[in-house]
Amino acid sequence: MLAVSDLCKTYPTGDEALQGVDLTVEGSETVAMIGPSGAGKSTFIRCINRLTEPTAGEVWLDSTGLTALGDDELRTARRDIGMIFQEYNLVERLTVMENVLTGRLGYVSAWQAFRRKFPAEDIERAYELLDRVGLGGMADKRVDELSGGQRQRVGIARAVIQQPKILLVDEPTSSLDPETSETVMELLTEIAAEREVPVLINIHEVDLALEHADRIVGLHDGELVFEGTPDDLDERGLDTVYRGAEPATTDTSRSTDTPTPAGDDQPRVGDAEVDEPVVANTREQSANGGV
Amino acid sequence: MSSETVRWERFDRKRRLGRFVAGLLVVVTIIASWRFMAIDFVTLDTVPREVADLLTRMYPPDVAYTPQIVDPLIETIHIAALGTAGALVLSIPVALLAAENTTPNAGTYWLGKLLVTVSRSVNTIIWALIFVVIFGSGPLAGAVAIAFRSVGFLGKLLGEEIEEIDFGQVEAVRASGASVVQTLLYGVLPQVKPALVGLGVYRWEINIRDSTVLGFVGAGGIGVELFRAIDAFAWRSVAMMLIAILAIVILSELLSAHTRRLVR
Repeated sequence: MLAVSDLCKTYPTGDEALQGVDLTVEGSETVAMIGPSGAGKSTFIRCINRLTEPTAGEVWLDSTGLTALGDDELRTARRDIGMIFQEYNLVERLTVMENVLTGRLGYVSAWQAFRRKFPAEDIERAYELLDRVGLGGMADKRVDELSGGQRQRVGIARAVIQQPKILLVDEPTSSLDPETSETVMELLTEIAAEREVPVLINIHEVDLALEHADRIVGLHDGELVFEGTPDDLDERGLDTVYRGAEPATTDTSRSTDTPTPAGDDQPRVGDAEVDEPVVANTREQSANGGV
Repeated sequence: MSSETVRWERFDRKRRLGRFVAGLLVVVTIIASWRFMAIDFVTLDTVPREVADLLTRMYPPDVAYTPQIVDPLIETIHIAALGTAGALVLSIPVALLAAENTTPNAGTYWLGKLLVTVSRSVNTIIWALIFVVIFGSGPLAGAVAIAFRSVGFLGKLLGEEIEEIDFGQVEAVRASGASVVQTLLYGVLPQVKPALVGLGVYRWEINIRDSTVLGFVGAGGIGVELFRAIDAFAWRSVAMMLIAILAIVILSELLSAHTRRLVR
């Protein structure tokens, strides 16, 4: 179970990316976090495994308090946290197999890693996983020869081979075309369900979130402004998430209250979202459809 | 029709003035240097005669001398190879220190920069002079001198390569629970490997050329023989050695270019 309480992140620039976010992900549920660019979605996910250091708050994975760990303990704890990235973040010059086995580095010595000597069971599991994600026979291909969809499948295999207690997924589809996005999301949620791993996924494509998530949370300007099932997310909920309107306000007050803070669209450090147009669309839609 | 003509200028007045001053500075510098050295055109009229004289004395190259220069040539190549290998090993930690994205803190960053600068600001020949004192004359001093000079070159350029890498790939490796060394091996090394090989081979090629003069200060290689021949006015032997040096330099350049093409 992942339990996050009162997580805050203020960047050195003074930018308050997260302002006290509480969230629990448990069992084998898939939680989708939606929200506009710059809302702090990436920051939130990165604060969990401390690729970005949170300023305040606590993160617990089962009985481990991640935020209090020293370097060595954090490394050990990270073995239990699988991460899938927006830009795949595969090591381009390594082969598919080497990339998948990267997920097992926490269990071998540096010397073994250097000689690419991984335990037989890791290799066996890697082959199984590659078959499972539809990349059977591609083990020795270099990653830079693969297409975007294939790369994200390698990314999934690399995270899943960790046998993680949770999967953190940061905008897995925003570098992919709509069709590939759909298949990748399907594969991801299926594999997580098979292995009963809970998933926390950042996604700005609301349709994909609605389709694949058990629960939806909405982040706006560093604060959690929506939490509910996909069915609970109506126009008003979307409006709240994407335009920051108060859930209880009426239409008239909403129209005066719409401007999002200017800082909202500024890219944040470590918040590498390239989804401007999509979000702009979503905003427009909600702007048009909301009234 | 408008009476106003449309004007467009690439540079505004301030920029034009700046560029004029910069150009003037270049010209003044050249003239000042020229006058300082008091170069006299009169001394130049003997040049054609001297060149003709030297060439006559060099021709024909002393082919019979070839067997005597084979060993020093091979020694030169070994000095370059050993020096480059040592420099490569030393330059990796230096590069990691001197790259902003891998250095642990500001102190180590400046230490890296300092090591690079010290190594680079001292010429191979000067390093050789120092190591001849330490190790005595011979190829060992030469190889160490080559290594010390190359560390700065390789450390600087490799450090710049490291600063250019995609840090997302490094983060992904780290996120899986890899140790610092493992992260370097899996996240950083694959990304700079082509540069590492390319720079290494390129430096080796430079070092072959550098090694040919190490003998002037007693640090081994073909330079010892070359210096002796020049001292003895044995110009036909000198010519033979220059041809031999030219040959191995061309060969090393071909090999270097070929290797850099192979690694991607």
